[in-house]
Amino acid sequence: MGQTLSVRQLEAWYGSNKTLKGINMEVASNHVTAIIGPSGCGKSTFVRCINRMHETMPGTKVKGEIILDGKSIYDQDPVALRKMVGMVFQKPNPFPSMSIYENVVAGVRLNGMRNKQNLQGIAEKSLRMAALWDEVKDRLNYSGMSLSGGQQQRLCIARALAVEPSVLLMDEPASALDPIATTHIEELVRQLKEDYTILIVTHNMQQAARIADSTAFFLNGELVEHGATSEIFTNPNDKRTEDYITGRFG
Amino acid sequence: MNEYFRKYKNLMMLTVFIGATIIALIPLFGVLGYVVKNGLSALNLQFFVNLPKAMGLPGGGMANAIAGTLIMVLIASALGIPIGILAAIYLTEYDRHSWLSTGVRFATDVLTGIPSIIVGIVIYTAVVLRMGNFSALAGGLSLAVIMIPLIIRSTEEMLKLVSHSIREAGFALGISKAKTILKIVLPTAAKGIITGAMLAVARVAGETAPLLFTALGNQYWSRSLNEPTASLPVQIFQYATSPYKEWHQLAWAGSLVLILMVITLNLVARYAFRSRSI
Repeated sequence: MGQTLSVRQLEAWYGSNKTLKGINMEVASNHVTAIIGPSGCGKSTFVRCINRMHETMPGTKVKGEIILDGKSIYDQDPVALRKMVGMVFQKPNPFPSMSIYENVVAGVRLNGMRNKQNLQGIAEKSLRMAALWDEVKDRLNYSGMSLSGGQQQRLCIARALAVEPSVLLMDEPASALDPIATTHIEELVRQLKEDYTILIVTHNMQQAARIADSTAFFLNGELVEHGATSEIFTNPNDKRTEDYITGRFG
Repeated sequence: MNEYFRKYKNLMMLTVFIGATIIALIPLFGVLGYVVKNGLSALNLQFFVNLPKAMGLPGGGMANAIAGTLIMVLIASALGIPIGILAAIYLTEYDRHSWLSTGVRFATDVLTGIPSIIVGIVIYTAVVLRMGNFSALAGGLSLAVIMIPLIIRSTEEMLKLVSHSIREAGFALGISKAKTILKIVLPTAAKGIITGAMLAVARVAGETAPLLFTALGNQYWSRSLNEPTASLPVQIFQYATSPYKEWHQLAWAGSLVLILMVITLNLVARYAFRSRSI
């Protein structure tokens, strides 16, 4: 099951550059929440704060709180937290030295699971959830790099799902893919919200409109507006949201 | 300025480039050809199994020198490869920007350029004089000192080629940093790291100067690692500078064997691990 997230007064810095200026936001469980906004508005930084990847870069700083399942994520060990909060990146990044199968089970295997049957079960289940099983079931031992870009991205999604997180963060997961592969990913996201809370950063407003239950508009490190997707796109409260979605800037 | 002039100019420049390339290749093939021509005639089974014999006796060989070179290169590899790779992991994965890593990186750059005879003198003063004798250990140590900066540099370059997004993908799966490096980053860079290490081994296998002060050389088998030990490069040096014709022959044969060893290592490094999966 997905979990709710509450973000309180979140601020983040890259060096002296403040990229998030006090974000307050509630993320509903088993919803797809899209984060939209122009480049540099802090949307990637925002999702990278949720699994504490932001802090791994040198010279960064975070303030504020994020509550996941009733507990502050900053009171938890980041390595343990990341098992609950999965992430899919902009560019597909399968592990080059591993086969398709090894890629999918990397998270559980490197964290100590040895039982071969369990691992195979997890691999099949995760690949099925990522709608990739039928395409790769006969070549699980091939390198992950042998797949097409769209397949690689679904492999990365399967890899993230194998750890059984409750929240899935997707940082522009389809921006490096062609339209057909993008459609695959979008369908997948719609199905996955049954089991996960999904936050998806996207540059593509049509994509947000197609897949997201709610949409948040970020601008210059601030959350301008957050509401049901239909509201945001047809009847935004804020003038800046309207300007952005009608293409007047960004 | 017409088309013919342009074509003429092109032809002329092409001739100059090809000429320069041929001139550059002359010393390479000259050296190889000369060593093969002189070495082959002196090379026989006895060369590989016999000890050097006194002047005038036929059938002397360099078995002890071949073994000595192998032993000292092995000592150097056992010290140099792990130290070099571990230091490179620290520099790239844990500490890219501090004064310590900047200092180490600068030092490795200087060390790779330092004449190897200086390494020999330092080990002579620091180890040989203190232990009171020349030894294979001191020889291996001096070769390791030459190897370490080479391996640090090549390993570092290979690790840097592994995209940062691969590391982030590991972290994002809840895999600890240590395991991400050990099980994901290192295997990705493994082929390049091994290639770099083998090239470093090939490079020190032919070093002469540092061994003159540390392992010295030996006409007989060494009974332990703590005795003066023969090595191919030093033996070649001693035989080639002797006044005897038979010894000159043996020096040529030794040169050929040494060259073949280095070339083999180079070829294995280049071809066996050619397909890099980065």
